[in-house]
Amino acid sequence: MYQAIVFLPLVGAILAGLIALAGARARFPSGLPESHDLGAGHHPAHATPHGDGGHHDGDHAAEPAAAGSRAAELITTSCLFVAMILSWIGFVSVGFGQDVYLTVLNWFTVGDLKVDWALRVDTLTAVMLVVVTSISAFVHLYSIGYMAEEPYRPRFFCYLSLFTFAMLVLVTSDNLVQLFFGWEGVGLMSYLLIGYWYRKPEANAAAIKAFIVNRVGDFGFALGIFAVFMMTGAVDFGTIFAQAPALVGKTIHFLAWDVDALTLICILLFIGAMGKSAQFFLHTWLPDAMEGPTPVSALIHAATMVTAGVFMVARLSPLFELAPTAQTVVVFFGATTAFFAATVGLVQNDIKRIVAYSTCSQLGYMFVAMGVGAYSIGIFHLFTHAFFKALLFLGSGSVIMAMHHQQDIQKMGGLKNKIPFTYAMMVIGTLALTGFPLTAGYFSKDAIIEAAFASKNPMAAYAFIMTVAAAALTSFYSWRLIFVTFHGRPHDRHHYDRAHESPPVILLPLAFLAAGAILAGYPFRELFVGHGVEAFFRESFKFAASNRILEELHHVPYAVAMLPTFMMALGFLVSWYFYIRNPALPVELARQHDGLYKFLLNKWYIDELYEIVFVRPTLWLGRLLWKQGDGRFIDGLGPDGVSARVLDVTRRAMRLQTGYLYHYAFAMLIGVAALITWFLVRTGVG
Amino acid sequence: MSETFAVRELVPVLPEIVLVLGAMTLLMVGAFRGERAVASINWMAILLLIAAGAIIVLLPAERMESFGGSFVLESYARFLKLLALIGSATAMLMSLDYLEREQQNRFEYPILILLSTAGMLMLISAGDLIALYLGLELMSLSLYVVAAINRDSVRSTEAGLKYFVLGALSSGMLLYGASLIYGFTGSVNFAAIAKASANGGIGLVFGLVFLFAGFCFKVSAVPFHMWTPDVYEGAPTPITAFFAAAPKVAGIAMFMRVAIDAFPNIVPQWQQIVIFVAIASMLLGAFAAIGQRNIKRLMAYSSIGHMGFALVGLAAGTMQGVQGVLVYMAIYVAMTLGTFACILSMRRDGKMVEEISDLAGLARTNPAMAFFLAMLLFSLAGIPPLAGFFAKFYVFLAAIQAGLFTLAVIGVLASVVGAYYYLMIIKIMYFDEAARPFEPMPYQLKAVLAVSGLFNVLFFVYPRPLVEAASAAAKSLF
Repeated sequence: MYQAIVFLPLVGAILAGLIALAGARARFPSGLPESHDLGAGHHPAHATPHGDGGHHDGDHAAEPAAAGSRAAELITTSCLFVAMILSWIGFVSVGFGQDVYLTVLNWFTVGDLKVDWALRVDTLTAVMLVVVTSISAFVHLYSIGYMAEEPYRPRFFCYLSLFTFAMLVLVTSDNLVQLFFGWEGVGLMSYLLIGYWYRKPEANAAAIKAFIVNRVGDFGFALGIFAVFMMTGAVDFGTIFAQAPALVGKTIHFLAWDVDALTLICILLFIGAMGKSAQFFLHTWLPDAMEGPTPVSALIHAATMVTAGVFMVARLSPLFELAPTAQTVVVFFGATTAFFAATVGLVQNDIKRIVAYSTCSQLGYMFVAMGVGAYSIGIFHLFTHAFFKALLFLGSGSVIMAMHHQQDIQKMGGLKNKIPFTYAMMVIGTLALTGFPLTAGYFSKDAIIEAAFASKNPMAAYAFIMTVAAAALTSFYSWRLIFVTFHGRPHDRHHYDRAHESPPVILLPLAFLAAGAILAGYPFRELFVGHGVEAFFRESFKFAASNRILEELHHVPYAVAMLPTFMMALGFLVSWYFYIRNPALPVELARQHDGLYKFLLNKWYIDELYEIVFVRPTLWLGRLLWKQGDGRFIDGLGPDGVSARVLDVTRRAMRLQTGYLYHYAFAMLIGVAALITWFLVRTGVG
Repeated sequence: MSETFAVRELVPVLPEIVLVLGAMTLLMVGAFRGERAVASINWMAILLLIAAGAIIVLLPAERMESFGGSFVLESYARFLKLLALIGSATAMLMSLDYLEREQQNRFEYPILILLSTAGMLMLISAGDLIALYLGLELMSLSLYVVAAINRDSVRSTEAGLKYFVLGALSSGMLLYGASLIYGFTGSVNFAAIAKASANGGIGLVFGLVFLFAGFCFKVSAVPFHMWTPDVYEGAPTPITAFFAAAPKVAGIAMFMRVAIDAFPNIVPQWQQIVIFVAIASMLLGAFAAIGQRNIKRLMAYSSIGHMGFALVGLAAGTMQGVQGVLVYMAIYVAMTLGTFACILSMRRDGKMVEEISDLAGLARTNPAMAFFLAMLLFSLAGIPPLAGFFAKFYVFLAAIQAGLFTLAVIGVLASVVGAYYYLMIIKIMYFDEAARPFEPMPYQLKAVLAVSGLFNVLFFVYPRPLVEAASAAAKSLF
């Protein structure tokens, strides 16, 4: 059954891929512009590129759909729904039963390094399976409607299913190498899907940015795996965890330093998690990734892939529990990201970017939970967040479709009458995100804030303040999105008049996810946060003897427990006052505090900082090595220089051939004379 | 006693006797029947060359000496004689159509080829300096005449004259060297020279230098090569083809025989000369060819370069080196004749064209010819797995095993530079805008091109017969 869950999406992806290839062959019998699958194609029938940025989701009416599009959609989507049903069955049977461990086959054995393909399904994995397959199935379904005008749907669905497969490999892996395989797999599919509209320069740039920023993280991750192998001689979790306690106090000697082995390993692995989960410093790719189609944003950049980092830390809890310094680092970055992304989200105007910063911020919350040792709570937030964030993204997609690919909320307004169902869904998502009592987000997010308060981590107080502040900010920007988009006067009459509700195939997934956003909280509360954790998760997490966080968070003062709800209400009221009651006020505020406003609007100038610190020097170095190093030095002394000298010699050699007989005779005599002189001199010397 | 002795003496010389007597007979036929008999004389000449080859194959395969050691026939001579005969006969075959079309059917031409070939055979078998000079002059004088055979053409006569004057100069040097050697060793016989030269001496080295200068002229090695481009360009094309093949074989043959047989005791001395001319030839052949526009001139520099490569094997001074040279010469003859078959097919509107640019787009107008020519050029450039690669491989291997690393490295670098102009022609044939097509290829040229092209392409499949024959021939020289 678990093999079926993992491999059904792969089967779907392969079939869709074959359909896409067959379609490409039929479309380009000459086989010339086949490169469109590589994202760098040039298509004669589609000469006008997506000129004006991100406002043209699916504007491909000029081109007919690829043959077999419908078949590809149906195959991949039904595969995913089967996988989803099996996942829920697995969730129940693993959560309330036994862990499952299946070896598929031996991958490779090199010396002491033995790596298997294996499925390790414990409760943590079961939760992830449910999240991944459910969201993926609904996103597949949604895409059938959302991508209906796209000509290359088989390719899209192939990527989507392949992504799901890679993500499932990631969460079911039994060793770090297989985890890394899935990790890179989702990274690759993320790259391909962000760059799905490969004729759009922004999409290509965003795809490359995502890939490169993730490389930085992956570098740390890979080093972490190497360090683990160096210290334990194994990469499978069972061996590593068994050996972990023995590693306490051991050091890794590097150059002149002796570094605590576990701290180093955990920090390196966390750097990998930072890249994939868009934590502060490595977050810059996530907002740009919104250039991809909206279903992709929902699936990859909100619900699943970006949580891989959280999952990894949870999976490796036996290591992190033994490395308090690394935990402190995790808390610090998580809290910083939660606050930072929330502040930036305040002033963004692109509907998808607001939700993207919100995602970034919520991932910060999850890392705070991981850092303070409340793993089940972090996973709980991951679980609930997947539903309401996917809902928000897909709802945004519905809005974007209604507005004919307009993404700027300042150009919307008053849409609640035009698209009431989408409005309702978005409100439900927002309530869950802001932690309105009894919605899913309420239980998980409040638990994180309480855990931050109860924790004894040196960074706990910082984390508590940051997360509480972020809660207010979250509420503010979420409601701002709702108010500006759906309330008030329409700002763009033309689009407003033509706005229309999306078809059922889009609304249906919204309804399901909305149900999840409400119901994913309370029923699971005991299992993730309460007293059922130990029985439910069993060996999935390892808590150090001193780690009693799950017990302690139930004893926080009442005021602390109420604080997030209070913040949520505060954010809502301020937002209501700013955007409903007195819409002129925010404009006035922005004008008065121009510096702060610009600072936030430009995302703390992180991109600009990187531009100066990394990008330009790298480009400069690259250009130097290219023009001077390769062009002048290597080519100049190599091919170009040699060929130029050869021609010089040739010219001289040809000048010798004068055509005059006496020159020729002279050359012969000179030759003889030279040889004789040579021998005379040598004999004379000898 | 003397009678039977004399008859036995004549057995090894049989091929030469057949050629010379045949040439005399054909001369009579030509003198009496005039131009009408030219076609039959041409074919008779080819038949005589084939007959001479057959006799060489049929003669007993042992070392035979005649005239008191002046004439030697062993595997070495047999190998090179057959090669020279193949070169002559093929060149003769390739010229038939040309002479017909250019209306230059003179009966002297085949007879001169026959006499020249007889001179080559004599040269290859020469066992002393007198016999060597006899063969050399018989060969050369015929060559001077055929170079100028188109006496209405200024270029042809200029070529013949230049060749003659410079050839006379080189003969003079050679004779001077020979007389010095005789003076310092007291003998003209190679074996006797070898014995007498045990302790060297600067006078002997002087003689050696002059003698080798004469040899270098015949194989057109730098700096005695200057005649080559002018003569190759000026002479009628089939005669250039003839020049490029058979006389080179004979020249290399005498070069090696004298070096190995007569001067085994002063190897370091002549090695230096050979290394010098080999390097100079390889480099000049590679560099100067790049600037050429005329394909015959290009082939002249190509053959200068190839002689340089062949001399690398001789420079090694070992049996392996000699074997390498023999393999090299066999493959060189095949490549050169095939290439000239293509050059002889470059005919448009009834006229020969000789510019490299005339080959533009040949791949579209005549794909078969373009393919074979490309293969031959790749082979000349020494690109594996074609025959030309193995030719170079054997000589460089010998040089390296003899410790001549610098020479081998320079040789490889020169072949890299040389590869440029061969590849350039291929590029012009395959990628440039197609020029007007050539006239159809005559069947003789087609046959020559096909045989040499296939030999070059398929040599690597079964190289053993040639390599073993060369090995046996090299062994017989030592």
